[in-house]
Amino acid sequence: MAKVIIPTPLRKFTDNQSAFEANAATVYDAIEALAGSFPDIKKHLFDDKNQIRSFLRIYLGDEDINVLDKEKTALKADDVLSIIPAIAGGIN
Amino acid sequence: MAQETFSKEELSRYSRHLIIPEFNIEGQRKLKAAKVLVVGTGGLGAPLLQYLAAAGVGTIGVLDFDVVEDSNLQRQVLFSTDDIGKPKVLAAKERLEGLNPYIKIVTHNVLLSSQNALDIVKDYDLVADGTDNFPTRYLVNDACVLLGKTNVYASIYRFDGQVSVFNYTNKEGVVGPNYRDLFPSPPPPGLVPSCAEGGVLGVLPGIVGSLQANEVIKVITGVGEPLVGRLFLFDAMNFETRTVKVHRDENNPLNGKNPSITELIDYQEFCGFSSNKEEDVKSLSVAEFLELQNSDEPFQLIDVREDFEYDISNIDGLHIPLGDVEEEVDQIVSDKKVVVHCKAGARSKKAIQLLEKEFGFSNLYNLSGGIDAYFEEVDAN
Repeated sequence: MAKVIIPTPLRKFTDNQSAFEANAATVYDAIEALAGSFPDIKKHLFDDKNQIRSFLRIYLGDEDINVLDKEKTALKADDVLSIIPAIAGGIN
Repeated sequence: MAQETFSKEELSRYSRHLIIPEFNIEGQRKLKAAKVLVVGTGGLGAPLLQYLAAAGVGTIGVLDFDVVEDSNLQRQVLFSTDDIGKPKVLAAKERLEGLNPYIKIVTHNVLLSSQNALDIVKDYDLVADGTDNFPTRYLVNDACVLLGKTNVYASIYRFDGQVSVFNYTNKEGVVGPNYRDLFPSPPPPGLVPSCAEGGVLGVLPGIVGSLQANEVIKVITGVGEPLVGRLFLFDAMNFETRTVKVHRDENNPLNGKNPSITELIDYQEFCGFSSNKEEDVKSLSVAEFLELQNSDEPFQLIDVREDFEYDISNIDGLHIPLGDVEEEVDQIVSDKKVVVHCKAGARSKKAIQLLEKEFGFSNLYNLSGGIDAYFEEVDAN
């Protein structure tokens, strides 16, 4: 099972879970499985066209999936995926 | 350029730098010759400015438009209780000159904007971005790329920190990635993790801003490997750190294959806010709202603050946090006046802009100054 690390701003949608184990063949499947388990997180991960939102970066280990095979990047059982959001600061 | 020289007092002050073999007098000379602009004197600016001043950066520009407030002091350790009410740049200048009288502090008591950014940034060698909102992040980045300056970036949110060195030109003349390579577009207002649900652990900017200061000093002196093409991530909650790679993106509109941005743009609009003018959404003053409350006119009151804020105090508004507004839109009426409020008026304005743009509402009014202004007025009476 690949592990998906959830950034703190999104943990309010995952019952404060910081990681999610996904039985998935590709990056897209893993992110979709996360959204399947926690429906409230879905709109924060995918846009209207079901594309992963552009202000999120997805990393496989320390590498950006955009220089791999993007959402289709294949996952191995011990892979670690990170969702990295743009953050700007602490004001309202 | 004439070589920087040091007085006996300065040599003594910087002696712990001078005895580091990789640093020595050459590193100290480079620091003294350097001009660094620090944008934002908040949580990140506090350690950043103090360490840069202490280290002997010769010219430090301090940019902020705000005044010191009591709620700053939980993390902005540059300021004292006595500074409350003072312009931040002036309080900072006083503190930094007390710390190191051998450097020059230049104050910019302005809001950085597309109109003034290039003119301010051009006089500096390097910019350290310690701001707290997306429009200014993109503005600082774009100004740095257009002017060919290195942008030492740090950002925080609650328990998370990020650090990177953007737009750095190495000895071979190769330019590293910038903020737009990492995040081509900002989160739209209302979607996590926009800044609507603020909050930050006080010590976090101290840690992250210190890392940022370290990168500034490395870039200036050429000591070590700067954090170029890499993004450092810190999760203070679980004490996890990671460093991931950042690549140049050929679609970057600033300096990719086909650049489409050749001058600064409207960053409020780019970040999904339809510019910052008050007249953009209809508003009610607290006095007008009180009048409405006392009249027979039916209206709906909506509070878009977070749960914890609502729990502390509320004025019986229907509670829909900003991030949930789209989902709960069916609870908002369209056949009578709807007054939307938050703490101070900014989030409710975003909620109204979102509702008008996405759902065509035309009956929404922003409570100017938010619940803070409401309580102030009610208390005064």
